[in-house]
Amino acid sequence: MDSFNAIVQVLDSTIRLSVPLLLACLAGLYSERAGIFDIGLEGKMLVGAFAGAAAASVFHSGFIGLGMAILISVAFAMVHGFASITHRGNQIVSGVAINFVAAGSTIILGQAWFQQGGRTPALQPDERFEAIVWPGADVLRGVPILGPIYSELISGHSILVYFAFAMVPFTWWVLFRTRFGLRMRAVGENPAAVDTAGISVAWLRYRALICTGVLTGVAGAYLSMVQNGGFVKDMTAGKGYIALAALIFAKWKPVNAMFACLLFGFLDALSIRLQGTPLPVIGKVPVQFMQALPYVLTVILLAGFIGKAIPPRAGGVPYVKER
Amino acid sequence: MAQAAIELIGINKSFGAVRANRDINLEVARGTIHGIVGENGAGKSTLMSILYGFYQADSGEIRVGGKPVSISTSNDAIALGIGMVHQHFMLVDNFTVLENVILGAENDALLKSSIAKARSELERLEREYGLEVEPDAVIEELPVGLQQRVEILKALYRGAEILILDEPTGVLTPAEADHLFRILKQLKEQGKTVVLITHKLREIMAITDTVSVMRQGTMVATRVTKETTVGELAELMVGRRVLLRVEKGQSEAGAIKLSVKNLTVKDQRGVTMVDDVSFDVRGGEIVGIAGVAGNGQSELLEAISGIRHAVSGEVMLEGKPVDLTGKADPGELRDRGLAHVPEDRHHVGLVLAFEENENSILGYHDDERYLKGPFLNVDAIMADAKDKIEKYDIRPGNPRLRTANFSGGNQQKIVLAREMEQDPGVLIVGQPTRGVDVGAIEFIHKRLIAMRDQGKAVLVVSVELDEIRSLSDRILVMFAGRIVGERGPDATEGELGLLMAGVEHQEAAE
Repeated sequence: MDSFNAIVQVLDSTIRLSVPLLLACLAGLYSERAGIFDIGLEGKMLVGAFAGAAAASVFHSGFIGLGMAILISVAFAMVHGFASITHRGNQIVSGVAINFVAAGSTIILGQAWFQQGGRTPALQPDERFEAIVWPGADVLRGVPILGPIYSELISGHSILVYFAFAMVPFTWWVLFRTRFGLRMRAVGENPAAVDTAGISVAWLRYRALICTGVLTGVAGAYLSMVQNGGFVKDMTAGKGYIALAALIFAKWKPVNAMFACLLFGFLDALSIRLQGTPLPVIGKVPVQFMQALPYVLTVILLAGFIGKAIPPRAGGVPYVKER
Repeated sequence: MAQAAIELIGINKSFGAVRANRDINLEVARGTIHGIVGENGAGKSTLMSILYGFYQADSGEIRVGGKPVSISTSNDAIALGIGMVHQHFMLVDNFTVLENVILGAENDALLKSSIAKARSELERLEREYGLEVEPDAVIEELPVGLQQRVEILKALYRGAEILILDEPTGVLTPAEADHLFRILKQLKEQGKTVVLITHKLREIMAITDTVSVMRQGTMVATRVTKETTVGELAELMVGRRVLLRVEKGQSEAGAIKLSVKNLTVKDQRGVTMVDDVSFDVRGGEIVGIAGVAGNGQSELLEAISGIRHAVSGEVMLEGKPVDLTGKADPGELRDRGLAHVPEDRHHVGLVLAFEENENSILGYHDDERYLKGPFLNVDAIMADAKDKIEKYDIRPGNPRLRTANFSGGNQQKIVLAREMEQDPGVLIVGQPTRGVDVGAIEFIHKRLIAMRDQGKAVLVVSVELDEIRSLSDRILVMFAGRIVGERGPDATEGELGLLMAGVEHQEAAE
């Protein structure tokens, strides 16, 4: 039973660890499906995390924090849009610039406002999003197999976790069942077709970036208000990049994205679990190796196992009307 | 007299210094098929883009159904019942037919009702016009002819009364083109107005009621199709320009220097562009290849110069074969005496951001004359550039000037000087005087004839009929990828025009 409980615990932390990846990955899905590469997911998550934690601790409300996280993150997404849609700038350069500005400004503002070395004050329980315990979770805990699965895996997460997983079918529905989704997919493939159909390419891409900003904002809020009790500098720690890898891995499809993020989350959970624990045969695995695993896996799988990942055809190319 | 569906009055449009449309007047009667012909770059597509709201005219008035309208976006055009089938299809390749049809014309925020409506509409259109296409097929899996049908369906689904087709047959096989024409006739019978843009005269004669001819941005004539001939249209299209006949003596053709046998070339889409072409060029003669642009001349030149992959056939340069895989080393061909003046000097012939002197040795830069050990010998290059500037009268005569700052004619002289001064055995020249002013044309022609008189083999491809007639000792006419005739330099313009339009070819085939 011990090993079963260990597995449930690893899976439980898999869910918790994959949530920010999943939100960021879906965020990237919106912008890349619309033809805007967004390497600035990392930066937008970071400003979201900072804005969320800062607002929550000042206004003593988790929801105000969440709202602020989304607001600031969307604002950064609009900067990316202004540079790369309106001014047809290079999307990679703009995204990298956003990451730099995010990394620098959060530390400076954090220090200026809270004087805690770039941290925000530790959040009180009512300023965070507490775990939601599902009815009967405590009663059922004792039931073998199903008990732990229900009470650990399904119940007992913050509302943002459920939000993240609900976004998967929702995103699928938006993409494939709504007018907005149809147009968004079209603009990422052939903006000229959208333009000649009488639809504004720029406005469509801006709206996709707003979706991106909302999701990275929630991802940031999750990091600083759920996973952690406050903002710590550079707390995104490359999750935005892993999310991009997961997006390629998922071939820009929402359900695949969920599995890709769960896989990366699982590797992360495993690496934490296995820290210092010697494995049979192999012995002690260096923690760095486990941390590198998601990236190594992406390269290997992309190189041969999942087939060709074809990005949206107009991705990264600013739309210029010409014939 | 049927009311005009479209009237264009005094349309002007410039792109920078280029005047794409000058004072265009056009009237298209309702329920007719109206052809607009002209060579590439005559301004046909620009004019139609203005009508479809893709561009705004600098000045002029558009009337649709007699009412003055302003069309500032494609949406306005669609609302006025104007539909367009673009030369390069505006389809999303990985969408289904249905998704492409409803894109931009959805009923509401959800797709379900739009898809249902489009499905029944497509069935109706299929019955009415014979436009069959599988609604759930993915575009990229459809042949080009069907993709085009989807474009037509898109326009009809949006309620188009006026349908503009831009070079619709360029990508079609003859059978597909015939099917398209049947569809267009059916549309006409249902009262739709069709505007057909093309540079293929055979199509105009086959299907249109009236035809307008454009040349260099102006509308030169409008004719009732029944009352005109291919010969007249060809003349109007190419333009009876001042004949620039350069003095030249009799050619003394020597040994075969360049030999092309059964050459077949396909483009990226798999369409056959050069179809089983064979000819020889001897030392001391100029062979001219005439033809309306887009009939395979560009591909032929590229294949001979080793840039483009040829499907089959062989090219012999001074008796030795040229690598036709498209991976030939141009440097090696240069060493073997092949000089190539490409058609597109901006993208292939020159690096516009380079200084003049750099471009004047480009491709020959590893020649010992220009080197000092492993480095470029700047003094030698400068001296060489100045020498060429003087010989070819390149203006302004500053070898340090950025190439982009030279006029088109002088840029062309830079390329010609570079290639001719290498003393090649075989010179192939694409569009020697495209965008070149009159004075420079004469100069370039003289140089080409001088090359011939030195016993070089010269192959010239040009869409300018006057140029071909004035330069060539033998004229080959290309149509639809084939050489459809060979004539002497005294062939009349009308005779060549008919060949270029594929008329004789067509008759011979029937």
